[in-house]
This record gives sequence, structure tokens and C-alpha cells, in this order.
Amino acid sequence: MALNSKVPHGPLKDKWTDYKNQINLVNPANKRHIDVIVVGTGLAGGSAAATLAELGYNVKSFAYQDSPRRAHSIAAQGGINAAKNYQGDGDSTYRLFYDTVKGGDYRSREANVYRLAEVSANIIDQCVAQGVPFARDYGGLLDNRSFGGVLVSRTFYAKGQTGQQLLLGAYSAMNRQIARGKIEMFNRHEMLDVVVVDGKARGIIARNLVTGEIERHSAHAVVIASGGYGNVYFLSTNAMGSNVTAGWKVHKKGAYFANPCYTQIHPTCIPRSGDYQSKLTLMSESLRNDGRIWVPKNLEDVKAIREGKLKPTDLTEEQRDYYLERRYPAFGNLVPRDVASRAAKERCDAGFGVNATGEAVYLDFAASFERYGSEQAKIQNISNPSPEKIKQLGQEIVRAKYGNLFQMYEKIVDENPYETPMMIYPAVHYTMGGVWVDYNLMTTIPGCYAIGEANFSDHGANRLGASALMQGLADGYFVLPYTIGDYLSDDIRTGKISTETPEFDAAEKEVTERINFLINNKGTHSVDHYHKKLGKIMWDKCGMSRNKEGLEEAIEEISALREDFWKNVLVPGTANEYNEQLAKAGRVADFLELGELFAKDALVREESAGGHFREEYQTEDGEAKRMKEFQFVSAWEYKGEPKNAVLHKEDLAYENIEVKERSYK
Amino acid sequence: MNLTLKIWRQLDASDKGKMVDYKVTEISEHMSFLEMMDVLNEQLIASGKEPVAFDHDCREGICGMCSMYINGEAHGPDRGVTTCQLHMRMFKDGDTITIEPFRAAAFPVIKDLVVDRSAFDRIQHSGGYISVNTSGNTQDANATLISKTAADKAMDAATCIGCGACVATCKNSSAMLFVGAKVSQYALLPQGQVEATDRVMNMVHQMDLEGFGNCTNTGACEIECPKGISLENIARMNREFLKASVKG
Repeated sequence: MALNSKVPHGPLKDKWTDYKNQINLVNPANKRHIDVIVVGTGLAGGSAAATLAELGYNVKSFAYQDSPRRAHSIAAQGGINAAKNYQGDGDSTYRLFYDTVKGGDYRSREANVYRLAEVSANIIDQCVAQGVPFARDYGGLLDNRSFGGVLVSRTFYAKGQTGQQLLLGAYSAMNRQIARGKIEMFNRHEMLDVVVVDGKARGIIARNLVTGEIERHSAHAVVIASGGYGNVYFLSTNAMGSNVTAGWKVHKKGAYFANPCYTQIHPTCIPRSGDYQSKLTLMSESLRNDGRIWVPKNLEDVKAIREGKLKPTDLTEEQRDYYLERRYPAFGNLVPRDVASRAAKERCDAGFGVNATGEAVYLDFAASFERYGSEQAKIQNISNPSPEKIKQLGQEIVRAKYGNLFQMYEKIVDENPYETPMMIYPAVHYTMGGVWVDYNLMTTIPGCYAIGEANFSDHGANRLGASALMQGLADGYFVLPYTIGDYLSDDIRTGKISTETPEFDAAEKEVTERINFLINNKGTHSVDHYHKKLGKIMWDKCGMSRNKEGLEEAIEEISALREDFWKNVLVPGTANEYNEQLAKAGRVADFLELGELFAKDALVREESAGGHFREEYQTEDGEAKRMKEFQFVSAWEYKGEPKNAVLHKEDLAYENIEVKERSYK
Repeated sequence: MNLTLKIWRQLDASDKGKMVDYKVTEISEHMSFLEMMDVLNEQLIASGKEPVAFDHDCREGICGMCSMYINGEAHGPDRGVTTCQLHMRMFKDGDTITIEPFRAAAFPVIKDLVVDRSAFDRIQHSGGYISVNTSGNTQDANATLISKTAADKAMDAATCIGCGACVATCKNSSAMLFVGAKVSQYALLPQGQVEATDRVMNMVHQMDLEGFGNCTNTGACEIECPKGISLENIARMNREFLKASVKG
């Protein structure tokens, strides 16, 4: 099947408006005869479910958590971008579009990104109307902060809990529709397959996670809003339950999976402390504005620090290697996320990691304490301040800026970051790749849509800070509700979709057999045993930097691990009860397939772009080297074993933006 | 460190349930409480036993999924944290730790330490929203000015993560802190005014239907709340309720 992105013709800035004016609508009286399934209740799924229900469709919403409010969008800290230009600093739809395409290293689809920038302003209006308590200034107007390497202040925020507040906004909109009976909510339910009838997505098979019951749910369209697949690495900043299952199941039924190798690894996370670690915690990248990153120059000092014989504060300036400042004198500690992450890995691989696991570098605020402290001493007219006084004054400024992050760090690590440098290490936290969708957000299965992090379309090879929330809500509130109507306008005479059909029988049988197999296998190793092994292969060979040899090994190792999993996995309990191990086994089984496709995608993409860094393709100074001939989206078609997947290319044309080299000099 | 765990085991909602003792060894003080539970579960799985069921998801203190009543306190002995943020350094070698589910008539046990908190959702369905449809033409976000004090207070109320620690802690199993926080968020914002009367009446009515108890101003909820939601929100809800009752 040839890929058709269905991008409308016409000038970029008119595409969306003209398109909306031309697509088919569904009469309000007919909407009540049409059912839509939405899988996932994060920003994308929650906002889509609420809006579709407001329009009059009958929505069935599914979440594996005990309430829609717990989806992992809730953990986003920093903010949400919108081209409001409230600060009068020259922001515009075009600038947000430009920044997003450039930040994505020219690997995203122009028309989709422009539409995202276009609807961004409406998101803020909508959320304020819902009662989202964004930060305000003393005049009562909305406040903005600047974020991640752009030249304007366009980020709206609610303390360090922007994701939480936006999700609670979408959840409240859902609650209103649940109360009206327009959304039927299925909490503690997990989608285990999509049902395709006559080539169209017509329902799902779901498991009730409390009773273990397998259920059939039919609809005229199915929307996948299940988030990203960062947990393929085992350790990530994703929630424990975040998984690829919904996306992977539709992939296996005909939806192409795009750019699986584009992963964002965030440089400022709290390092792993031991093998028991279950997840990683991110700290806002704004810390790099005031912290200097270093490791000791000498390996003897590293050893002494690890053994507790030496403290980092004992080392003189000459004994420290501020490696980012050394390698990137122009940008220093403020190089982009991917560069900062790779540089930390390089030092740690060379043996300079400063904690017991050897995977940590210092983020030191001492220089900031002194700089801010001296400034404050002048402002407050303190003559001849003592070094202690300067430090104290400086710490007060830093506390006002980052106090909550310092406190979070201290709770987890049990060290006071005001007295000793923080330790940080990069961690997986977002996946730009996902299910391939066209301009309508429809996958290659007619009637099956993918929105939010679950799709691939807007961030290219690298996502900018504060853009994930924007995309989730744009897709759910403002894009899908229009585009899905165009498709559903053909379904006004279809009537209720029956679940008593051979297609539902077959899908349910497949799901049941797989569950029974897992339960009856009675092997020797727990699910986590396999998940951790997979995570290690992914991190070592498909992580911050990749090479041909490693990727080829990864494909073989993951394939072998998958075989071992199906032979030897041990799932306790039964199928007909609350059984978290069983749910997890299904998710890990899917990760074991996705991981292989991921490695294959990374192997085939013989260039470096954004979050995908191939060691063979770098400039002399170790920068990512993009290749003109790879200016396309890799969309993979399922053909049995992941390594046999067939590649389809969607060429990317940039008509409104000049493709340039990213440079940090 | 080596620990003895006394954990509530209950097969399902109909089972009577009982406390069962377990031993865990070589627990690092840097582990989070839930990572210690992971170690126990891996140990149980390896020995052919059923792992302990407990709710958890984000493991960074924001989703509100984790619960657990540890040594008689919701979310355990530390302050301002959820169970997933509680670290083993709060305990010492040789300790015996008692772990129970959040207990309240309105939170029935599903299995072991997992409870059903859907009552909270139903309270929200009854009025925890502002009736505004999604459209491309809502008025501009800056068209209505909101004082910084009101916005900040609304935000403080809105940080509630809906975990239910307040209910589990309260001797009356009252949900007043949870409901008060939601009522307050909207009461403090101009957008919430239009539906203020119905909202507070409906939410309080639903709260009573769910079987939550009343507030007797003990204040335990505020102390155990991982997000520091203030008792002031209960006072504000009472005021809103009184206003609404008078208005009818």
C-alpha cells in the first residue's frame, strides 16, 4: 500500500481552515447513532473523549488506571507552549512552527506542525474557561516563562505541575460527559486487540483488570491515545504501567509504525542508585541555566569519591573537568538535550562516573551561589561580605528559582544539594516515534486513529520542551473531532456494530489463548527478569548512541530473548482475577517485539538526526550528521517477525522553511 | 537491612482477609518503599507464591494511584510524600512494618492492598467541572482578569492528587478535604461562579450517598495529605454550602 499523507493543497497558512470548510460533517441527529472508542485518558485521549461526547457521539473510554485522572500526562512539570504573543516579544504561529520543525531536526511533517502551532492559542483559551489555574502576574494576566532554547517566552505553566492541571481540566470535561451518559468509562480495563471488519476498525477486545473477564466492545471508529513506549528500556521516567500494547496491536493488524528509533533522552534525571531501581525521576532542564556540569579530571579522584574517601567539594577547580564548557565553549552547559546526554555518557563510559553505579555526573551550583550572592550583597549594600554571607545570599536566590526541585532531589538521594553538587544522569522520557498517521490522524487501518504521543507526526526526531502537552491537547480538542467526522459521515446508515461476528470471535480467541498460554507456562523466570534484560539491551545498544554492529547484535539478542520469554516465563496466579503480573507479561511480550523493530529502524537509518545518533554519522566535532537522502519518515509494515517488517517511505518536503544544519558554535 | 513485614492479604472483595508475616533481607536504605515491595514480590514469585497486589503507577508522587497504610499512617511515616516517595531510610534494621490498605466503607478492598476509590470519581461526576464545550472560539484567555492571590489559592486547592489519604486517616472516613479542595478551586475562580450553587449541593449530596463520614475538625487529613491541602478548603466548602442552602 502506498502511503498517502492526505495533506491538503494550498498555502500552508490556509490549509487547515480551507480543509475544515470542505470536509463532511455528521448531522447532530445522526451523531447519537455513532459510537467511538477511545483508548487512554491522558491529555490526548481525555480531551478527545470529552469533545467527541460534547459533539454528540457515544464514547467508550478505556484506562488501565483506576481513574482517568491518573494517566501519565499528569507528571509533566514545565509547561505548555502556545503562540499567544502575550509578551509582545515577536512570537507568532509561524515562529512556533519554525522552532518545532527545526527542533525536530527537519524530520516532521510541515502541514501537521503548522496546524499544531495554529491551534495552540485556542488551547490556552479552552483550559482557562475550564478553570485551569495557570500562573498569573500581579495584574491578573497570564504569566509566561521561556523554555528550552527558543527566543521567546511562550510557555504557560501552573507551578511545576502543568501536566497535572491540564489533565484535571480534561478529566473535568470528561466528568461532565460521564454524568450526561455520553461517555461510558471503563477504568481498570486494558485493550488487548483491535477488531477489523471489512478492512475497517470496528472495535476492541479488552480485559477487565479486576475480574480478568475478556470483553468485546464495538464502535464505528477506534482512537488510540495510549502514550509512548519509553518503558521498552525498563528504566524510564514513564509511569510503571505505560506500555505500547494498544499501538502494537493495531500495528499487527495493519497500521504502520513510524520512526520507532526516535527516542528522547533527557539529560537532567536523578541517577539510578542500584539494581533494584524501578523507575527514574526527571528534574526540569531549567537547572542547567545555573548549574555547571563536571566530573573529576583524574581517575584516582573518581575512585576515592566512589569509596567515600573524598568529597566532590574537596576537589580544586584544576582537578575538575567541566567537559561541556571544554567541548562546547560557545554553548557550554546549555547545549541541546541530545548533546548534553551523549557527553555525559561519553565521560561515564570512560570511567569518570561519580557514584557507585558509575553512571552519574555532577551538576554544581556553587558558582551560581557566589555569582548571585555577590550581586545581592551589592544590591543590599553589604560591604565586605564574608564568603559565608555571599553563599547564603546566593542560596536564597537559587531556592526561590528551583526550591521544589532541590527538595525533590534531597528526598530521593538523601543529600543536600545546597551543600554538595547534585548528581545527574540522562534517562529515557519521551518517544517521538509512534503509529503512522495521515493529516487526519488516521492510521493505515481505516477508522483507526492515533493521537498524542502514540502517533509520530509532529516532533520529528526530537521534541522541544513544553510541546508534548500542546500536541496532546491540540489533537484531542481541536484536530481529531473535525477529521473523524469526515470519516464517520459515511457511517450514518451503518447502525450498531455487532460483536457477534467471526471477526470478534477470532480476535477474542487469540487474546484468550495468549493469556492462557502465559498463565499455564509455569516457567522459571519472572516477567521483570525479561523486562530488565530487554531494557539493558536497549540501553546499551539502542540508547544515546548507536552503531551498526551493536544494532545488529541487538536484533539477534532481542529475538533470542523473546524466544526464551515464551518458553520460560513464569506468571503466577490465574487469568480470572486481579493479576498484575499477567497484565505486565502481555505488555513485556509486546515490548519484546517492538524493541526488535526499534533496533531495525535505527540500523536502517544511516544518519544521525535529533534523538537518533549513529556513531558512524557524525561530524569531526562529534555532532549529529543528517543525510539528505534520509529526509523521509520510516513507516514499517508488520510481516510476522519484527525483523521482517517492510519499510515504506513518506518523503518529507519543506516548502516553507529552509533546511539547515543545527550548530552550537 | 532486614525487616519483618506484616501485610494485609485478601483474595478479593468477598474474602475476609488476614495479616500475613513476611521477611525481607538486604534492603538498601536508598530503595523507595515500593521498590522494597518489588523485592518482596520477586521473592514470592520465585518461591511459587502469589505476589502482593498494590496500586502504583507514576512513582513520582503525582498520579495519586499508590495508597497503603503503613505503621498506622496513610503513606507511611514521612510528611509531604506519597508511598512511592517514601524511602527505606525512614526505617531501621530489624523493624517490623505493618502494611494495610486504605480502610473506609466507601473504599472497598479489591485485593490485598488495592482498594476501589471510584466513589471519588462519582463525586466529581456530580459537579466537579465547569460546563464549557470545546470550541475554537472561547473568549481570549486574558479577557477575564484573575487576581494572583485567587489564582494561587485555586492552584493550591487544585494540587490534590485524589489519593484518598485524607479518608483513610480520618476517624470518620470523611472525604471533606478532597471535596473541599475541588469546590474551592472553582469557588475561587470567576469561571466557577455560574454553577457554584448547584456544584456544592450536588457534590456534597453525592459525598453523603457514597457513605463518607462527616468532619469533626480533627485535622488529621491535613497532616497526612501528601500535597499539604489546607483545612481552609473545608471551611470554604462549608461556607459555599451554607450560601447555596440559603439561596436554594
